[in-house]
Amino acid sequence: MSIKVLYFASLRETLGYSHETLTLPASIATLGDLRSHLARRGGVWEALGEGRNVRAAINQEMAGPDAAVADRDEIAFFPPVTGG
Amino acid sequence: MRVSVQEADFDVGAETEALTAGRPDVGAVASFVGYVRADKLAGENAAEQAVSAMTLEHYPGMTEKSLEAIVAEAESRWSLLGVRVIHRFGCLVPGERIVFVGVAGSHRGEAFAACEFIMDYLKTRAPFWKKEDTPEGGRWVDAREADDAAAEKWGKGA
Repeated sequence: MSIKVLYFASLRETLGYSHETLTLPASIATLGDLRSHLARRGGVWEALGEGRNVRAAINQEMAGPDAAVADRDEIAFFPPVTGG
Repeated sequence: MRVSVQEADFDVGAETEALTAGRPDVGAVASFVGYVRADKLAGENAAEQAVSAMTLEHYPGMTEKSLEAIVAEAESRWSLLGVRVIHRFGCLVPGERIVFVGVAGSHRGEAFAACEFIMDYLKTRAPFWKKEDTPEGGRWVDAREADDAAAEKWGKGA
């Protein structure tokens, strides 16, 4: 399964990446799985760890940790929004 | 065009007029304009630490979709005759306009309510992030719990 992952705002600065393309192991089925997988990279990636206030979207729609991740999805991680 | 995400400023008068043009059934237009505020930091020398500018980042594509979804949700809750939402991004200085929401209806009730609803939902659902420039460097603005509470008061929805 190949997906595109985007990072925004303070999270983008912390991680040093705005986007990446990933090939995922079959064990990753949900957004929560993907987030844990990325956090396990360690170091700055712990910013995606459990308990951190991170929001996510799948294909440009807000999504929760139980949402399914599918091949070719565009996934985004970002801090709570502060527009308006 | 109901939703615009743009760097350029907008003309509040022209946008408000456009909501009523050729619409004699419109009896009320409620509008909201948000501005960049020169927030002061706490502590010593606070007066010298005012925000000098801010940069608004957004998620191109999702931003427009989320604003369209918020407008559609407002239209499902109230009988509206026109809606216009404009949100700017990029570098803005205190006093500059950031956001415009204009709602036309037959009567003031739905116009006021839908305008407030759209702003409350935009604050918690549209993917924009503010970074303030201060004399001590850049500082990402934290989300406010009060904004979540304001959105939740409208009950379950999209």
